[in-house]
Amino acid sequence: MEFAELIKTPRVDNVVLHRPFYPAVEGTLCLTGHHLILSSRRQDDAEELWLLHSNIDSIEKRFVGSLGTIIIKCKDLRIIQLDIPGMEECLNIASSIEALSTLDSVTLMYPFFYRPMFEVLEDGWRTFLPEQEFELLSSLTDEWRLSCINKEFSVCPSYPAVVIVPKSIDDEALRKVAVFRHGNRFPVLSYYHKKNGMVMMRSSQPLTGTNGRRCKEDEKLINATLRAGKRGYIIDTRSLSVAQQARAKGGGFEQEAHYPQWRRIHKSIERFNILQESLIKLVEACNDQSHNMDRWLSKLEASNWLTHIKEILTAACLAAQCVDREGASVLVHGTEGTDSTLQVTSLAQIILDPRCRTIRGFESLVVREWLQAGHPFQQRCAQSAYSNSKQKWEAPVFLLFLDCVWQILRQFPCSFEFNEHFLIMLFEHAYASQFGTFLGNNESERSKLKLQQKTMSLWSWVNRPQELNKYKNPLFEANSLVIWPSVAPQSLQLWEGVFLRWNRSSKFLDEAYEEMVTLIEYNKQLKAKVNALRRQLAELETDDRMQENP
Amino acid sequence: FFFIFFLQVEQVKLLDRFSTSNKSLTGTLYLTATHLLFIDSSQRETWILHHHIAAVEKLPLTTTGCPLVIQCKNFRIVHFVVPRERDCHDIYNSLLQLSRTAQYDELYAFSYNPKQNTSEQVKGWQLIDLEEEYKRMGVPNAHWQLSDANRDYKICETYPKELYVPRTASKPIIVGSSKFRSKGRFPVLSYYHKDKEAAICRCSQPLSGFSARCLEDEHMLQAISKANPSNRFMYVMDTRPKLNAMANRAAGKGYENEDNYSNIRFQFVGIENIHVMRSSLQKLLEVSGTKGLSVNDFLSGLESSGWLRHIKAVLDAAVFLAKAIAVESASVLVHCSDGWDRTSQVCSLGALLLDSYYRTIKGFMVLIEKDWIAFGHKFSDRCCQLDGDPKEISPVFTQFLESVWNLTEQFPQAFEYNEAFLLQIHEHVHSCQFGNFLGNCQKEREELKFKEKTYSLWPFLLDEQKKYQNPLYKPDISPELTLLEPNTVSFNFKFWRNMYHQFDRSLHPRQSVLDLIMNMSEQNKQLEKDIKELEAKIKRRSGQLDGVLLKEPLQSAPPAPVSLKSSPCFKKEQPLMPGTDSLRTIEGSSSADNRYSEFMEELAKAEPAVVSLEYGVARMTC
Repeated sequence: MEFAELIKTPRVDNVVLHRPFYPAVEGTLCLTGHHLILSSRRQDDAEELWLLHSNIDSIEKRFVGSLGTIIIKCKDLRIIQLDIPGMEECLNIASSIEALSTLDSVTLMYPFFYRPMFEVLEDGWRTFLPEQEFELLSSLTDEWRLSCINKEFSVCPSYPAVVIVPKSIDDEALRKVAVFRHGNRFPVLSYYHKKNGMVMMRSSQPLTGTNGRRCKEDEKLINATLRAGKRGYIIDTRSLSVAQQARAKGGGFEQEAHYPQWRRIHKSIERFNILQESLIKLVEACNDQSHNMDRWLSKLEASNWLTHIKEILTAACLAAQCVDREGASVLVHGTEGTDSTLQVTSLAQIILDPRCRTIRGFESLVVREWLQAGHPFQQRCAQSAYSNSKQKWEAPVFLLFLDCVWQILRQFPCSFEFNEHFLIMLFEHAYASQFGTFLGNNESERSKLKLQQKTMSLWSWVNRPQELNKYKNPLFEANSLVIWPSVAPQSLQLWEGVFLRWNRSSKFLDEAYEEMVTLIEYNKQLKAKVNALRRQLAELETDDRMQENP
Repeated sequence: FFFIFFLQVEQVKLLDRFSTSNKSLTGTLYLTATHLLFIDSSQRETWILHHHIAAVEKLPLTTTGCPLVIQCKNFRIVHFVVPRERDCHDIYNSLLQLSRTAQYDELYAFSYNPKQNTSEQVKGWQLIDLEEEYKRMGVPNAHWQLSDANRDYKICETYPKELYVPRTASKPIIVGSSKFRSKGRFPVLSYYHKDKEAAICRCSQPLSGFSARCLEDEHMLQAISKANPSNRFMYVMDTRPKLNAMANRAAGKGYENEDNYSNIRFQFVGIENIHVMRSSLQKLLEVSGTKGLSVNDFLSGLESSGWLRHIKAVLDAAVFLAKAIAVESASVLVHCSDGWDRTSQVCSLGALLLDSYYRTIKGFMVLIEKDWIAFGHKFSDRCCQLDGDPKEISPVFTQFLESVWNLTEQFPQAFEYNEAFLLQIHEHVHSCQFGNFLGNCQKEREELKFKEKTYSLWPFLLDEQKKYQNPLYKPDISPELTLLEPNTVSFNFKFWRNMYHQFDRSLHPRQSVLDLIMNMSEQNKQLEKDIKELEAKIKRRSGQLDGVLLKEPLQSAPPAPVSLKSSPCFKKEQPLMPGTDSLRTIEGSSSADNRYSEFMEELAKAEPAVVSLEYGVARMTC
């Protein structure tokens, strides 16, 4: 298919762009296969807007006489308005945008056309490999092995080609366990706690069904992670009743009788359209500046967003606590094991493992616990808060995770190597990007799409020093401790950097942040200078003494 | 005289306020003449000033003892369990007596001795000089003068002696106008804006009833409008809801009729009265003090308390006032009913938005002295310093501080002071340790000779101003006054956790950016000094060597790291060590603080059917 077919009017002059916080700009609008471009074409200070079609969540058009107006609502929650003279032009532009922003073939997406203008220092596709992760683990314990059972993605389509499993369980057993778990997601290692050797595993629900099927290999697999005489915890991210209902559909949960060494805890975390509804309501509340206080607070409450944040954080804290305080191993799952399960395991690691609070470590966490673990990004992030599509599979699961990380970051502002902008950047790229990283729903799909060969990795771009600087937290000081966040409602806050970003100017806050950075930089310089001067003085003193006593 | 009680009870338990599993510290409780003191087994001390106690409650006896809950005016809540009911009863009775004071001279301020001599004491009181302040604003001038009409508090008992009025307002006009105003509080100058030549004036409601008029009062307003050469129109802001103002007419009070006053624009701004504010705060505290609070209960409680709505109303009124002056150059007369609560809020916040001086530490003290203390905000009644009418208590001043805090959040570089300064002032408004906030008006303070018998708070705050400085402050250097234009869309107003949960450590971020930046900013000053000293020393040395040293000193320097001496401005627990960067303390690594561990304790016990996680609304079924 040629994009040109979809672009009836590639160029319109005298278009006026309105966007938050900037004066209106008049210029020329151009449509390309992947971008909407508005350029003021002024000689002195040309202003340009480049908007990826894939970032467009919904559009509305209005007419007053022959002047058309298109309101574009983006997945990053920004809303812009274009005033386009001429009804036909406006209609053409609108229909082109609509078509180009909802292309159904992944291979037509921008990442397949994007040619980077920067030098690749390190190929992001090869930066975070399971083999490296396993090497790290091998230096700590020999109880685990790397299994290539899923090499062709034949055992579990949503798992990566290699997974880490208990050494004592062979591939034959794994095959049997896979059949017993929803979507074949058998229990695999998620996190190894260096401090006490306890582990966190994740999987999907067991397929016990109504007649209480069991699988000896499954029991053996998870028991293999227990120390003699110790108990483990299974954290089910569904309520007990939801888990019970799942049996009717062939799913279920681990029966006490068959898993006597495990204690099951139900921590309900919402999924799917409930979360999408929550996002839609929250964004609606944030975008209406006319709300009086009562209305604002009741809308904020009705969105339930912060309730979800609290539920997710609470479950993650619980998992972390089982591992760190109770010295017990943990298995986390919900139904599919691709959403709330990953929220819990990844947040627990941020709480427990200082490495996950560094930039590299966090990237690695996103790769391991989200991309390789088979969170279906393409489905979940297909639409954002403005779309009317209301597909069951759309849900801001990853955004909720990022929000939870932000909440912890706010409570421990010195313990993270990255800043808020890093999290916002990941949010943006998960929904629309020039990079291939978040395309596809799992490693199997990515491999079929040949993303490694045909697209650029986000990490190749982000990890260059000049880019990375933007995302560094000036307050960071490595904190090797476990960080326990407060989950009290008084301690949780609306993530203004995302939800109020386009609704209020952050000029003064940004300036204050800059000032803080300057102050910290200056502090470093002064310290360096003092140390240099002290050395110089010491040197002089030594010379003095040498002269005195030759 | 003093009650001197010395009560000591051992084996008292101090419960954690938000704990669901009754976690506690055990220690000894002491009562002194001024404080309640609790020392736990690890020798940590909790001091509570008797004046800070708002309520003491004895709960029904439990198996572990007799619970005693103490609520403080600084929003601290402590929950003791006393093993013997008799002891509990004694403590309860003593606290009731100690926390209630019938006379001013029984207050802590009269026994507090900061070891200052008389001249220091006098100097302390002279630190804030309101005459100087009016001069700074530019009055007296061609239009405004100092009036001696209230020299002996004859015209208005609750006003200060020194009042600034338009030059054209003669004494008969003043006297006439004061008779037409509630409590005699006639229109006077509160703030004069040099650049715009416009004024903020304040007064109480007119005694207009349904139709009464007063020519002198009309002249008074005309004099104010004429004193502004830039704009003849003036605003009259009635800060009450219209309904309240109308109801007042039946009592012979009311509001200005636009037809009777020339050149005025009348405006209601709808701030609720002290009773509404009191119960609003009460609801807020009830909600925020709930154990195991869910997000939705918190938000709906926040909404139904109306607290943030009230804060927004106050700030909206101040923005209206500031814009009238800065944009339209119009003078504004502000009143409510008596002109000492809402009027003080709106006038002082308006001036704070208009004039960057009030955003400095000293300027903020001046602002409070002027619009709150001198103009007779009834601190004694509102803060319940003496045993009195509970219906007079109201968090009007707290709302003022909260509005300022909201501004500091929106403009992080516009204020010289930080949040700690606001919290400390709030602390002392209720502590009765210093004389500034005692009493209801200047006349009362003079009669009781507070300035001779007590000390002023401000010099003490200035002495420790390092603690209160905002490290990101960017002083306003423009010669013109720069207006702060806050965004008052609802989503900008947040729950002030550091005020209402100041003492609930587990709810706060475990690392404070403010503390860190403050320390660093201090350290930078010290480092700059060190550099100068070192450079001077090196220069001296090099001079001695006289050219002997030619090689590059840095490269040949010994590799051993050189650590800095700790600077004198740091306390022991904050050592200045650039090598290790130990400015920051890493905290919050105890899960006990967050009480997930309690959950685990529960788990360790015999299996309960239902266990609730701390704060977790979600109950887990096993």
